[in-house]
Amino acid sequence: MRRFLVFLVMILLPLKVFALTPDEIMKKSQAAFLYQGKDFKARVMMKLISKGGQERVRELTMLRKNFGESGGDQKYFIYFFQPADVKDMTFMVYKYPKKDDDRWLFVPAINMVRRIAAQDKRSSFVGSDFTYEDISGRDIEDDTHAISKEEKIGNRDCYVIKSTPKAADVDYSYKLSWIDKTNFLPLKEEYYDRKGELYKVFTADEIKDIKGFPTATKRTMKNLQSGHRTEVTFSKTDYNIGIEDSLFSERYLKQPPKKWIE
Amino acid sequence: MINRVFLTVFHIVSVILFFSLPVYASDISLHGFLQTNYSLNTVASNPDGGDFKWAEERLQLKLDANKYPFHIFIKTDAFYDHIDRKADLELREGYLDYSAAKWDARIGRQVITWGLGDLIFINDVFPKDYEAFFSGRPMEYLKKGVDGAKIGVYPGFVSLELVAIPFFEPNNFPDSKRFWMYDPMPMITNREEKEPTTNLENTEIAIRAYRDVAGFDASLYYYRGFFRQPWMMPDDPMMPTKLTLFYPELSIYGASLQGRALYGVLSFEAGYYDSRQDRKGTDPMLPNSQTRFLIGYQRQIWEDLTLGLQYYVEYMHNYSAYVNNLPSGFPKDRKYHDLTSVRLTQLLVHQTMRLSFFAFYSPSVGDYLLNPEVKYNFTDHIWAAIGANIFGGGSQASQFGQFAKDDNAYVQVRYEF
Repeated sequence: MRRFLVFLVMILLPLKVFALTPDEIMKKSQAAFLYQGKDFKARVMMKLISKGGQERVRELTMLRKNFGESGGDQKYFIYFFQPADVKDMTFMVYKYPKKDDDRWLFVPAINMVRRIAAQDKRSSFVGSDFTYEDISGRDIEDDTHAISKEEKIGNRDCYVIKSTPKAADVDYSYKLSWIDKTNFLPLKEEYYDRKGELYKVFTADEIKDIKGFPTATKRTMKNLQSGHRTEVTFSKTDYNIGIEDSLFSERYLKQPPKKWIE
Repeated sequence: MINRVFLTVFHIVSVILFFSLPVYASDISLHGFLQTNYSLNTVASNPDGGDFKWAEERLQLKLDANKYPFHIFIKTDAFYDHIDRKADLELREGYLDYSAAKWDARIGRQVITWGLGDLIFINDVFPKDYEAFFSGRPMEYLKKGVDGAKIGVYPGFVSLELVAIPFFEPNNFPDSKRFWMYDPMPMITNREEKEPTTNLENTEIAIRAYRDVAGFDASLYYYRGFFRQPWMMPDDPMMPTKLTLFYPELSIYGASLQGRALYGVLSFEAGYYDSRQDRKGTDPMLPNSQTRFLIGYQRQIWEDLTLGLQYYVEYMHNYSAYVNNLPSGFPKDRKYHDLTSVRLTQLLVHQTMRLSFFAFYSPSVGDYLLNPEVKYNFTDHIWAAIGANIFGGGSQASQFGQFAKDDNAYVQVRYEF
C-alpha cells in the first residue's frame, strides 16, 4: 500500500510541479516574442493593404534595448525610410510596463523634437492594423489568462490561452493566443469584439532562427470587419549588437547614426 | 546683398560638391518634391488689387551625403511666383556636419528649433517667416535657416547646444502689397531698413543646456542678439520725414520643462526679454523689457484624436515709464498681453487623412486667427491639403485684428520622391 502511494505521488507530482500556469506561459511567450537578447534590430517593411487591394508602404528600422528583466522597461528607436513625406523622421519610445510610455517624435523639416501624448496603447501604429501594444507588448497583469485547450498549428503543438482584459476600455473582449509549446512564440492570435465576434487575426507566417533566437520574421494582422490587413516582413534582423544607451537621446533622434539605421 | 552673394557662392560650391562627392562619399541620396501652392483672398482684394496671397510652383531637391564622421546636407528650392512673375532659387539649408563621440558640429545654413510652444515662440530665437504662415504655405516654411555654426557637447550629465550666428536674419513679415496691415505712420514713405552690421560684436550667441530631471525634459536657454522684428525710429519725433527700421538689442534668459502629467503632456516655458537699449523703459521708440510665460497641455482624447491647449502671457516691465513717454496718437500696448490656443487633430483612414483645426484667441485684446485644414495622402507619394486662414477681432493695430481683410483659402499639392 505504501509503495502504491509513493508511486501515485511520483506520478502526480511532476504534473503539479512542472505544469505551467497560463500566466507563466504568457510570461515565457512575452520573453520569447518581445524581450529576446539584450538588444534587437530589424528593418521592417509594413504593407498596409485595403480591402480593394490598394497598398501603402511603411518602411522603418526598429532598434530595441532591454533595461532590466523580461517584462521590464525597454527603449525603442525607430527611423522611417518610407513613405516619402515621413522620410528621416525618427520616433523614440521609453516603455514602462506599469505606466504610460514616454514618446518623442523628430520632425526633420523643421528640425524639431517634440513629446507626443501617448495614453492609448491600443492606438494604431503608423496607421497599420497593428497597435502600439502589438509592437511593444502588453502588460501581462492587464489580463486574466486561462488555458482553453491545446491544439496543433501545422505540425507545432500549441497552448491556446484565453486572455480577458481586466479593464473595460479595451477594444476587444477577449483574445485567444496559440503559443508554440517549444519556443513559446505566438503563432496565431484571435481578437473577439464586444459582441463576441472574431474581428482581428494575427498570424506569424515565418519563423527564422537568428543567433539562436527563434524570431517571427513575417507576420500579418488582418481586420476581418474592414477587410484591411497589414503584412510585416523583418529583414537584417539581429540580436546583441551592442546598442549604446546614448542612442536613445535627443542628439541621435536628430542625427540618427547610419551604422544603426541602415 | 550678402545673402545673394552667399547663395550664389553656395550654389556653385554645391554643384562642385555634388559632382565630386561620388568619389569620396560612401552614401548619397537625393530626394525632394514638386509642389503647387495657391492662396486666394476670400474677403477683399490685396492692397495692390491682386486676388492671391500666394501662387507658385516649386521644386525642392534634398541631397544627403555621408562619409562618417562627415555629413553634408543641401536643401534647395527653385520656384516660379505667379504674383511677382519671377523665377528664383532659394537655398533653404546647406551644411556640413562633423560627429565625434562626445561632441558634434554643424556649419552652414541650418534650421534650428528650440522651445516647446506650438506656434508660440519664447526661446526659439531663430528667424520665422510669418508671411509664409499667414499665406497658407506648408508649415515648414514658417522656419527660416540661419547662417552660422552650432556645436553640440554631450559630456553625459547635461547636453549643450552652442550657436553662433554672424549674419543677422530678420523675421519675414507679410508684404504690404499683399496684406492689409497696420502702419502707425502711413504718411511717411521715406523708409530705410538698417540691419545690424556683420562683425564680431554683433555675432548672435544662443546657448541651450538640457537634461532629464525626474522624467521631465528640462532646458535652460540664453540668447544675446537682436529683436527680429523691426522698430521704427523717426528722424525727428515732432515732424518726422524719414523712418529708419532697425532691430534693437536683445538678451533672453529662459527655461522650459516638459513631461507626462495629467494623462497627457504638460509644458512650461518662460523667458526674460532684456531690452538692452531701453532697460528703464523710458524710450517709446524702443521695446521695453518683458517676461514671457507659456503653459501647454496635450492629450489624446481617443484613438487618433489629439487636443492641444496653450496659454501665453507677456508682461511688460517699467510700464508706467512706457506710458509716460508714449507720444499721443500712438496705439498703447498693454501691460499684460495674453494669447490662448487650441489645436485639434484627427487622423482618419489609416492615418492617411488629417483633419486639423488651430485657433489663436487673445482674451486681453480680443483678436483671433482660425486655421482649419484637411490633408489627404492620395498615395505614398502624393498629398494635398486645403485650408483657410481667418483673422479678426481686436483692433486695427492688434496682432491678428490688423489682418481682418486678409482672410484666405489655400491649397497645397505635393508630389514627393
